[in-house]
Amino acid sequence: MQSSQPLKPPVVETYDELLGPGETYTSVTAKIGDIVLYPLLKTPWGWIGGFVAAGLFLMLYLYSLATLFTVGIGIWGINIPVAWGFDIINFVWWIGIGHAGTLISAILLLFRQDWRTSINRAAEAMTIFAVACAGIYPLVHTGRPWLDYWFLPYPSTLGMWPQFRSPLEWDVFAISTYATVSVLFWFVGLIPDLATLRDRAQHPIAKIFYGILSLGWRGAAKHWQRYEMASLILAGLSTPLVLSVHSIISFDFAVSQLPGWHVTVFPPYFVAGAVYCGFAMVILLMIPIRSWFGLHGLITMRHFDVMSKVMLASGLIVTYGYFGEIFYSWYSGNIYEYYLIVSRTTGPWAWSYWALILFNVLVPQLLWSKKFRTNLPVLFFISICINIGMWFERWVIIVLSLKRDFIPTSWGVYTPTFYDWATYIGSFGLFFVLFFLFVRLLPMVAIFEVRDLVHKTEHKAHDKKEGHGHAGA
Amino acid sequence: MSKESLDIQGSSGQSYWRSLEELSQSAEFRARLEREFPREAAELRDPVSRRSFLKLMGASMALSSLVGCQFALKQPQEKIVPYVRQPEQVIPGRSLYFATSMTVQGYGIGLLAESHEGRPTKVEGNAFHPASRGSSDAWIQASVLTMYDPDRSQQILKAGQPASWEDAFTALGSAYAQAGSGLRILTEPTASPSLVAAIQEVVGAGAKWYQYDALSGDNTRAGAQAAFGSAVNTIYAFDKADVVVALDSDFTHGSATSIRYAQDVASKRRITSDEPVMSRIYVAEPTPSNTGALADHRLAVKSGDIAAVTQAIAAAVGVSVAAPTLPEATQKWVATAVADLQAATGKSVVIAGETQPAAVHALVHAINAALANVGSTVNYTAPIIDADTGAASLKALVDEINAGAVSMLVIADVNVVYSAPADLNMAEALKKVATVVHLGLYNDETAAASTWHIHATHYLESWGDTRAYNGVVSLQQPLIAPLYDGKHLSEVLNALTGKRVSAHDAVKGHWQAQLGLDGFTFDKAWQTALHDGIVAGASAIGSTPVTLGTVGAAAGASSDGLELIFRADPSLRDGSAANNGWLQEVPKPFSKLVWDNSAQVSPETASKLGVKTEDVVTLTINGRSVEAPINVVPGQANDTVVVHLGFGRTQAGKVGNGVGFNSYALRSSDAMWVANGVTVSKTDKTYKLATTQSHYNLEGRDFDILHAKTLAEYLEEKKAGVKHKKHEIYSLFPAYDYSKGYQWGMTIDLNACNGCNACVVACQAENNIPVVGKEEIWRGREMQWIRIDTYFSGDSSNPTIYQQPIACMQCEHAPCEIVCPVAATVHDSEGINNMVYNRCVGTKYCSNNCPYKVRRFNFFQYADEETPSLKLQRNPDVTVRVRGVMEKCNYCLQRINEARIDATREDRVIQDGEVVTACQQACPSQAIVFGNINDTSSQVAKLKALETKFTVLDSLNTKPRTSYMIKFTNSNPELSGKTE
Repeated sequence: MQSSQPLKPPVVETYDELLGPGETYTSVTAKIGDIVLYPLLKTPWGWIGGFVAAGLFLMLYLYSLATLFTVGIGIWGINIPVAWGFDIINFVWWIGIGHAGTLISAILLLFRQDWRTSINRAAEAMTIFAVACAGIYPLVHTGRPWLDYWFLPYPSTLGMWPQFRSPLEWDVFAISTYATVSVLFWFVGLIPDLATLRDRAQHPIAKIFYGILSLGWRGAAKHWQRYEMASLILAGLSTPLVLSVHSIISFDFAVSQLPGWHVTVFPPYFVAGAVYCGFAMVILLMIPIRSWFGLHGLITMRHFDVMSKVMLASGLIVTYGYFGEIFYSWYSGNIYEYYLIVSRTTGPWAWSYWALILFNVLVPQLLWSKKFRTNLPVLFFISICINIGMWFERWVIIVLSLKRDFIPTSWGVYTPTFYDWATYIGSFGLFFVLFFLFVRLLPMVAIFEVRDLVHKTEHKAHDKKEGHGHAGA
Repeated sequence: MSKESLDIQGSSGQSYWRSLEELSQSAEFRARLEREFPREAAELRDPVSRRSFLKLMGASMALSSLVGCQFALKQPQEKIVPYVRQPEQVIPGRSLYFATSMTVQGYGIGLLAESHEGRPTKVEGNAFHPASRGSSDAWIQASVLTMYDPDRSQQILKAGQPASWEDAFTALGSAYAQAGSGLRILTEPTASPSLVAAIQEVVGAGAKWYQYDALSGDNTRAGAQAAFGSAVNTIYAFDKADVVVALDSDFTHGSATSIRYAQDVASKRRITSDEPVMSRIYVAEPTPSNTGALADHRLAVKSGDIAAVTQAIAAAVGVSVAAPTLPEATQKWVATAVADLQAATGKSVVIAGETQPAAVHALVHAINAALANVGSTVNYTAPIIDADTGAASLKALVDEINAGAVSMLVIADVNVVYSAPADLNMAEALKKVATVVHLGLYNDETAAASTWHIHATHYLESWGDTRAYNGVVSLQQPLIAPLYDGKHLSEVLNALTGKRVSAHDAVKGHWQAQLGLDGFTFDKAWQTALHDGIVAGASAIGSTPVTLGTVGAAAGASSDGLELIFRADPSLRDGSAANNGWLQEVPKPFSKLVWDNSAQVSPETASKLGVKTEDVVTLTINGRSVEAPINVVPGQANDTVVVHLGFGRTQAGKVGNGVGFNSYALRSSDAMWVANGVTVSKTDKTYKLATTQSHYNLEGRDFDILHAKTLAEYLEEKKAGVKHKKHEIYSLFPAYDYSKGYQWGMTIDLNACNGCNACVVACQAENNIPVVGKEEIWRGREMQWIRIDTYFSGDSSNPTIYQQPIACMQCEHAPCEIVCPVAATVHDSEGINNMVYNRCVGTKYCSNNCPYKVRRFNFFQYADEETPSLKLQRNPDVTVRVRGVMEKCNYCLQRINEARIDATREDRVIQDGEVVTACQQACPSQAIVFGNINDTSSQVAKLKALETKFTVLDSLNTKPRTSYMIKFTNSNPELSGKTE
């Protein structure tokens, strides 16, 4: 990779700014655009290697799904009482990861947080790919996946409609809406950059490809006005989705009556958890990308610092949730709830609960220190911990609650099989294949927004403190 | 290619063919055709490949990876053609019931077999028959699967090669003529009047007839012989017994009389009013039994110490034997039991189990005499099977063989090579007999050691007669023509003497002669006997006066070493039904083990031996050893190792082969039930055991799950007017008006239930529930819709055992319904939570939200949709579920609808008792009551009005339609600390 990366600039770490020193319109456009427009045959070996590796995992995923369809979901370790296992754990985990992208692109846009500009594109892409990974699980976790269309409300000859009281039915709407809005938002945001690429492209195929995708964007003032309008509307639509999607997913659990699921705090707790692991994933992806593609000037330490703070805040909400669970299991006087906590903390799988506490509660406390927030290896490690921790959180909620419910004779165990792992690990293949294609084919940083940032930075430097006012709302 | 063209030239039979490949029937063509027309596949295959195919598919065994390849959504390709001329009586869709009977250890049990368009699909008890009185047990229920078992022997074999009946007929005749007095006949015990006559006719002078049953009641016989000088048959009237003392006797489970006795005992235990009256049951036994679970005071003692306990009771009630010294706790138990027995003279029963030696039985007869029970609760009749049927009988035969006295041996319906005690070395002995003729359902271990194997008819395929424990004679009539043209024992016996007499003619001829009727009168009597299932002229025999001789002491020196106890397997019995998936998969009581047997030890003994569950040990006795996995079971007496018979079959069939270990290998003819001096040595191996329950502690949840009280406590509370206040719980959803129409509900009386599993297998038979195999059970995917939950409380060495059958509760506020995204589980106006299989997508959310965890999921294509014979067994009124679909109990909706159609046609309402669920029908204890709770006069409504009713997980406000009656222990205050 090093040899085939002539564009790599000298590393200058910037701590307080959102842009590295000396970034101009041209440098921004070139840095981002050239990654994409690099000739096909000169694709860096690093990219090829990564893509092939991801592709192998994707093959594993497809193999396990093919087996699933032909043989049945018995290939997984699920049983009665633990009828949901890795499938739903991974579903919740992936969709949680997606949340950071929407949060960054929508809520932060509405709040006019400038720091979002260099990371929002990649974060949104991550959202879409994560939602794709997530969305597959509920579709394939059914016993007869070929009948999944029955979830959809359509006037069928059976005269049957879905059962609208079921949280799973709410999921159908929540996830499909979320996916649609995310894709639209992402694509609309891409249009000006696609036009830039179209204009810079040399190869005829690239010209046609980006030409079609850029939908005739000419950069006219009218275009920009409509663009701004569309972005704002979509941001406005996305904002409630950030809160609603994971709230609704938490209803899958909260609406049921299983001890450990039947918890009113779940919606905010799930949203916070989603933001938590979403940001961890963004950091996890950004650190290597920034280094491989030399984007130090565009993704600065300031970005990592701010993202760490978001993680810390959402992590504390999640921690509050954990302690809340323990408290009300005792305070409610309900023996089933109480036993659940005893079983979680001291039962046969207690180690997974304590792993969750370690990864989600203890390790992230390092983020109180700015030293760690701006130390990339530490941050990378913490982000990995949080992602593992959040996976364990779903494991604890789903499996540990199902294993031991009301009637002790039906208590069971859950042992993941090869196919459980294959459908989990394989989904990374799908995610990274898509992500590798994304970084190769689309600008991973929003060119025009960073150019806007260049403009603002110059403006700020020029006007000293005067020009700062309008961004602070 | 050249091979194919040759085939084309050679083929001429097919007049219409669509392609050259079809004409030549090439393998590729067939494969393609099968893909296209899976239903026709079986017909296309030649027998050899069909057999190997069946082997793969298994008798509804889940060979999951293969099964999955059969795509799940298939519609039958055949056209359905209605009867052009409808056979008499047969209305498509209506089942017919025929009276018949089957035998258990030689004694008859009267049955009603359900027939759907000529296929027997289910068997119930015959209400007119004393041994069943309408109820049944797990083996009766499972017997129908055995008939359809694709592994049944399908042809006559001569030295392993297929032969015809004509060959066999000739060969048998000439062998018989040569053998003369060298003929021996070995059968399972039989009381069948026509068979006994036929055997005796063949045996004539010189030849001999032996009977062998691995679970024979020889001890019981010998005990009567010792007490009375004649081997009288004892009949107990538990319905008149206020106090029962069972000494290692599991009289409510697993014998020819157990259904009747379970009913009788339950009639003294069932709660029918707010002022319950109950009998008191004492059980002393080495290993938990179903009767032990019923007990108010259960004592875990070594098998060898039962004699001392018996003798202590005998001495205390006035039998002239010395009172042995007993440990304090045992002494106290004996003293309390004796006090209760003496307070209930003439209204008590003391009963000893077959596993106890004759001396104990003799003492028990003396005790019953001393308690004036004889003539009221204990009656004696002439013996029904008047012969030794155990080890002594078999040993005599083997001695004769070894002495060279046997030149021809006919073995019928007894797999003696497998089930003989190891010291007799049966397989070797058979080699010394010139002609061994084996008649059996399976090409089993004995068939392999025989010169001739003749495939037998199943009782549902053949004519015959049986005699019950009290002498009542029933007829067997075939429900279906023999599937594989098998032969009945009477046909084989007639073949010996060169007669071709069908089983029908044989049994009819016998009874014509016996009843002394002729022509029209006989035909009428015959019709009546067939219809009622009972031969009127041969009813119950009266009691025989007995004179008690002197009985000696039974108690020997208590041995300190480990006791090895052989027991009939609670599921497979002696192992003859080892190829029956339903029986393999029904969880054994208490251990909940499936698809295996184990070396059962108590927790204390396990720690003494340094072993734990799933450790493999080597059991060695008399130089013979087997490897067995340990299973630790609370409630077993210390220093005992219990091994169940019936496993380790090598030629049972695909289902039963290689399941468990063969404990017959440790059995010797002088220690059939208990052997001392076993050594247990731990190996470094472990073995995976599959159980359906892993947790036996109620975790302090009894207030919400299983209400148990002592009777005295309850009555006191009632007197003091204690009212248990119920919290009113509210629902967010508006209440549905259930006050109109039929509202179905069920009660289960925990006092009556002994956990016998009859309901579990009956449900499996009725509702086409698939068998999934050990691996799937191990993964937690059992499919039975009813489970019997077992809880232990108190001291692990002698715990109180609670059992609770749990099936779908049909909650009025069903948690499953609101979470199903496709409305596949919905409530009907009659209060039943319906499972709409066709609509189910399989999210499994309903199961997660079911607090009772009674839903079962088809993780794979479990139902065998390929094996032709198994398809015939299915109940046509119940959908066979495909892969990916949730299923559960629905109160036998198909039976409700059958009654509804009848009622609608006759313009009336469904009467109470008209709808009987499969579990209710099977239950020998009649613990299950079902009906319309809106009808205040119905039995179920009356029971639900009682204060002793409770519902499970009341705190969740699910409002279950199934309720339970409090489990009462009628404990004696003298034995406090043993209760609760």
